[in-house]
Amino acid sequence: MYRYDEFDHKLVADRVNQFRGQVERRVSGALSEDQFKPLRLMNGVYLQLHAYMLRVAIPYGTLRSEQMRMLAHIARKYDRGYGHFTTRQNIQYNWPALDEIPDLLDELACVEMHAIQTSGNCIRNVTSDQYAGAIEGEAEDPRIVSEIIRQWSTFHPEFTYLPRKFKIAVTAHKNDRAAIKLHDIGIVVKQNDAGEIGYEVHVGGGQGRTPFVAKKMTDFVPKAKLLAYLEAVMRVYNMLGRRDNSYKARIKILVHETGEEEMRRMVEEEFAKIDASEMLTVPQEEIDRISAYFAPPAFETLPADSQAFSQAQADDADFARFVRANVVAHKQDGYAIVNISLKPIGGVPGDATDAQMDVIADLAERFSHDEVRVTHEQNLVLPHVKLDDVKTVYDALAAHELATANLGLISDQIACPGLDYCNLANARSIPLAQEISERFSDLDRQYDIGELKIKISGCINACGHHHVGHIGILGVDKKGTEFYQISLGGAADENAAIGQITGRAFTEEDIVDAIETVVTTYTDLRADGERFIDTYNRVGMAPFKERLYD
Amino acid sequence: MAQHAAKRARFQAVTANRLSDGEVVYFSPDNRWVEAFAMAEVADGAEAAETLLARAMPADFEAHVLEPYLFEVLEDGQAYKPASVRETIRAAGPTVRLDLGKQAEAKAE
Ligand code: HEM
Ligand code: SF4
Repeated sequence: MYRYDEFDHKLVADRVNQFRGQVERRVSGALSEDQFKPLRLMNGVYLQLHAYMLRVAIPYGTLRSEQMRMLAHIARKYDRGYGHFTTRQNIQYNWPALDEIPDLLDELACVEMHAIQTSGNCIRNVTSDQYAGAIEGEAEDPRIVSEIIRQWSTFHPEFTYLPRKFKIAVTAHKNDRAAIKLHDIGIVVKQNDAGEIGYEVHVGGGQGRTPFVAKKMTDFVPKAKLLAYLEAVMRVYNMLGRRDNSYKARIKILVHETGEEEMRRMVEEEFAKIDASEMLTVPQEEIDRISAYFAPPAFETLPADSQAFSQAQADDADFARFVRANVVAHKQDGYAIVNISLKPIGGVPGDATDAQMDVIADLAERFSHDEVRVTHEQNLVLPHVKLDDVKTVYDALAAHELATANLGLISDQIACPGLDYCNLANARSIPLAQEISERFSDLDRQYDIGELKIKISGCINACGHHHVGHIGILGVDKKGTEFYQISLGGAADENAAIGQITGRAFTEEDIVDAIETVVTTYTDLRADGERFIDTYNRVGMAPFKERLYD
Repeated sequence: MAQHAAKRARFQAVTANRLSDGEVVYFSPDNRWVEAFAMAEVADGAEAAETLLARAMPADFEAHVLEPYLFEVLEDGQAYKPASVRETIRAAGPTVRLDLGKQAEAKAE
């Protein structure tokens, strides 16, 4: 995994010291809120309804055990004993005091963590596939290029004041688990016919008020030229992106208004210039240096099957369910990828207590080559567990309410903090997720319904990804009262799509019944083997609308 | 932002977040920022509300709180209560964590 060099350590330490001074000057009254706000946002500090919120970066969602343990410690010491894992693979703390945040950041820096690039109009924390380096079929580990991009974009002088925030996601697998087509730039690492590694680049995706699926700008950029290509995209954006209207300042709007063809032409033109200068060609030694950080851990040579693993499933039906829903095949014989659902029935999606984080850190250390991953669906992953150890890991998880066997099912919902915490919210998201989870609590019913992704946002900013939920729910405000709008048919994977709104919004009392109506409409209409999204794509909106509004 | 400084509201109070820790605070009759909504001064009528807001924002207010604003409150029997869901939640704490926020402190007392 990537380790800081001396330069990184100094940079982060300087940044914390600088922020400490800024906080002191704000608290003493020397800085006004107008002067201070952009500074605190650059350091991941937001104001929510009840308190400040701190967003800590987890680059490409990868954590070492000691880092997870530090996150637990911070939850205990500076917060109220829990943290919230977000759709951007980060963690948010809901209650830190402003005057304690510099100390908190100092402690974080001890384990090479910080809150830089978690807010403001910069290139944000790069996100990636949570199964990176563990799943069969990757062209190469997507975190290598994620890290190259992270180093290039951190404090890049040209990119500190972009027209708007900028998000990049990377996958190296045919199944997109990083929602790359919903990012400003989405990258697919692939191999060409000659066996060379390069990158397919998608530009102009995003959610928020005006959602767009990204357009493919190029099929293949050779490895050494990726930064030159990205720099070209950024320059076009920096030159032409609208700064007059923050709602229109995202690159998705530029691509939409300019048109895919013209955008491609401008990027190619800029790319040719940068490429000719060779300024941004990444030297092979540098690629090798970074690649070495992501070399596979020292896997043992094991048989593909484990007798202990099969026997445990035969003996324990709950464990068998857990394996069925949450355990995924590993590329290495004798290993498995173990998903930890942060969606217990009736729980708060994405929340974990300090004690749970400690347990997960210990399990990662003992059983998963010291690694934990955060998923954009607000779950955690132990990426490298021996099949022989899965039952032991499961038992430890189960003892801490971390073994809910619902990955990808209706109760595995994304929900933003909504009006329970967020200053911008129109309506609450979490209680709705909890009610839906309770309504469909029966796991057998969930397995029967099959893969179904519900995503809930408390306002049009779409932090909860409602546009790309198979069922999306958006909170709206009517004269101080909460209402909920449903959309159907969205998808965040390789077949990314923006959902269609069903019609008028539902009250808080009616929304869960409405969701159940949508689900039963699907189960009534589905053909053999069809998932919700398949049925929706076949039959369209009409039958759902009919049942919802008659 | 869904703030409800309703123009036609009869009763309004002033709220903000405290600078040091972000705690929700209300402006009181004795010109202090207090944590409990029950201690907030309630203005009757638009003119009284503007006067209240002006009192809450002396030259140095930024050294204590962030972004004071008016919000609508309703008469509820003998007492008042915030009109919107948002302000109800600010006055109490997250509805999904009754063990946190003002609601928890009130219970503990
Ligand atoms: C106080 C808390 C939060 C605030 C103030 C906030 C603010 C915002 C704003 C203003 C936007 C819209 C940006 C735009 O349209 O350009 C946005 C979008 C977004 N936020 Fe948040 N957010 C908060 C919490 C979260 C959380 C908890 C998550 C993850 C669960 C999250 C993830 C996202 C994502 C994925 C988007 C969509 C970006 C896109 O347009 O592609 N945010 N947020
Ligand atoms: S979607 Fe809206 S309500 Fe939800 S966290 Fe984002 S800004 Fe807040």
